[in-house]
Amino acid sequence: MSVRRLAEPELQPKSFAFTAENLAWAKQQIAKYPHGRQQSAVIALLWRAQEQAGGWLPQRAIEHVGDILGMAHIRVLEIATFYTMFLLQPVGRKAHVQVCGTTPCMLRGAEAIKKVCQQRIHHEPFHVSADGDFSWEEVECLGACVNAPMVLIWNDTYEDLTAESFAKVLDGFASGTPPNPGPQTERQFSAPVGGPTTLKSVTKA
Amino acid sequence: MLDDKDRIFKNLYGLDDWGLEGARRRGAWDGTKAVLERGRDAIVNEVKASGLRGRGGAGFPTGLKWSFMPKQSDGRPSYLVVNADESEPGTCKDREIMRHDPHLLVEGCLIGAFAMGAHAGYIYVRGEFVRERERLQASVDQAYEAGLIGKNACDSGFDFDLYVHHGAGAYICGEETALLESLEGKKGQPRLKPPFPANVGLYGCPTTVNNVETMAAVPDIMRRGAAWFSSIGRPSNTGTKLFCISGHVEKPCNVEEAMGIPLRELLETHAGGVRGGWDNLLAVIPGGSSMPMIPHWQADRLLLDFDGCRELKSALGTAAVIVMDKSTDIVRAMARISYFYKHESCGQCTPCREGVGWMWRVLTRMAEGRAHRREIDMLMEVTTQIEGHTICAFGDGAAWPVQGLLRHFRPEIERRIDEYAANPHPDPVRMAAE
Repeated sequence: MSVRRLAEPELQPKSFAFTAENLAWAKQQIAKYPHGRQQSAVIALLWRAQEQAGGWLPQRAIEHVGDILGMAHIRVLEIATFYTMFLLQPVGRKAHVQVCGTTPCMLRGAEAIKKVCQQRIHHEPFHVSADGDFSWEEVECLGACVNAPMVLIWNDTYEDLTAESFAKVLDGFASGTPPNPGPQTERQFSAPVGGPTTLKSVTKA
Repeated sequence: MLDDKDRIFKNLYGLDDWGLEGARRRGAWDGTKAVLERGRDAIVNEVKASGLRGRGGAGFPTGLKWSFMPKQSDGRPSYLVVNADESEPGTCKDREIMRHDPHLLVEGCLIGAFAMGAHAGYIYVRGEFVRERERLQASVDQAYEAGLIGKNACDSGFDFDLYVHHGAGAYICGEETALLESLEGKKGQPRLKPPFPANVGLYGCPTTVNNVETMAAVPDIMRRGAAWFSSIGRPSNTGTKLFCISGHVEKPCNVEEAMGIPLRELLETHAGGVRGGWDNLLAVIPGGSSMPMIPHWQADRLLLDFDGCRELKSALGTAAVIVMDKSTDIVRAMARISYFYKHESCGQCTPCREGVGWMWRVLTRMAEGRAHRREIDMLMEVTTQIEGHTICAFGDGAAWPVQGLLRHFRPEIERRIDEYAANPHPDPVRMAAE
């Protein structure tokens, strides 16, 4: 369990409504589930609301999703606070860095990545940097353990990092030209460095 | 070493085309109609005969699980749900299937759903896998367009709809009943069993939840036959398995190997061996963070399959091999695992919600030696009070790694406690376990 609260009232926008495009998309999501089971779409809708609101979930967005799905507001609030990918505080404009700190990444040097975040962004997680561009947090296993250490920024993972290559990733986001996602070393996804030991007959398409 | 022709996941490293054309070239969607024409019972029996056991951690026989689904509907629909909420620390195999060979999964879903009489399937992908989910959705769309799923799937007369659903960062949703709760749009808190999902599952209807790797192995089993699959590995531990090798090896990687491969052979053939040589090994966690570690003095005789791991009081779990060499601060590494469980506990059962945080705090002190020797026994006792006293197996998974630590590295903890007692203001503890 982790304690998660909504942002302070002064940070909360006064209103929120899906754009027409997002509303149409939401209706498609609801259609994936049997009649009367529209509540199943709550995570997808909250996710889209978070994207529209700039990377975090304001209270009005949570309530808006509840209204669309016919759910009591408290039920949607439960979801928003239970699932940790819903960020309840404002995040950096250019990047919110999620550093995996769980043991497999820790064994490969995640602490060095965290230090870079502390030095370049803010000493504390969930605090936006002075220029408002960056924020970071330590998250639990992101499922790329053989490419450790790694971070998730928005929708993409940056893997096989060192403090230096991670600094370059941050530079890329700062200048608006993020590097290619995936391993930041010469490596084919999760194959061993230096080339696969199996499936050697498969060549790059 | 497993022969390339016996591999199921031929595009594990994403070198080839992930799409329908590439998948067909690699053998997917070949004769699927003929497979379905063999009938429900024949498919279930073939999967049973292959000895396929669930690849998501518990290792329950897949064919048997399928046979629990009702043969005749009582008016309620049946559902197939695929667990793609891969979150066990150390595990990153389903990710490769979803982004590099998604059609194996889609085809497996059709065959499995047909065998269980389910006309709808949901794949629950963890929230963090955004690109993987997009890729999977794209392959589902391709399959619809080609008439492979949807109305009259593969021209078999069977209708099957497949939907991609996603979570938003909750490890507990990998537990099957928590996953169903989450899929219904609620907090992912596990349900009491019984009733089991095969009776009362998604929306109160009969449901079977299977892991991605399990479903993706089914088409090959049906095409090549149960005898082929069961000829690999050892009895009751058959087939091939994706191993995720992480931590202190020269070249961490994912690789498909035969079940029952010795640990040392796996590491040295595919991962370049333990960093600093085999003798530099301290301990290994064979099956993802929930499983007890195996110390270096037992690792020589570890065979990586269900029975092989159980003989050494651990478990194969998801076959995520986390290697720790002698530079590792083993107590801190385990304290970090306890922090993971503290963070991910759903909060429903008191022993887990309160106990896991307690274990983490004690282990953090023990890593620095700031503890009493009697607290070691107390910690052990608390682990046994969590284990088996919660609704789901999360409590067990949180307790086992701590038990593994105390079982094998008690002298190390005692040494730290004694050192701290002798000098209460020591230098700062060693940092990163790297």
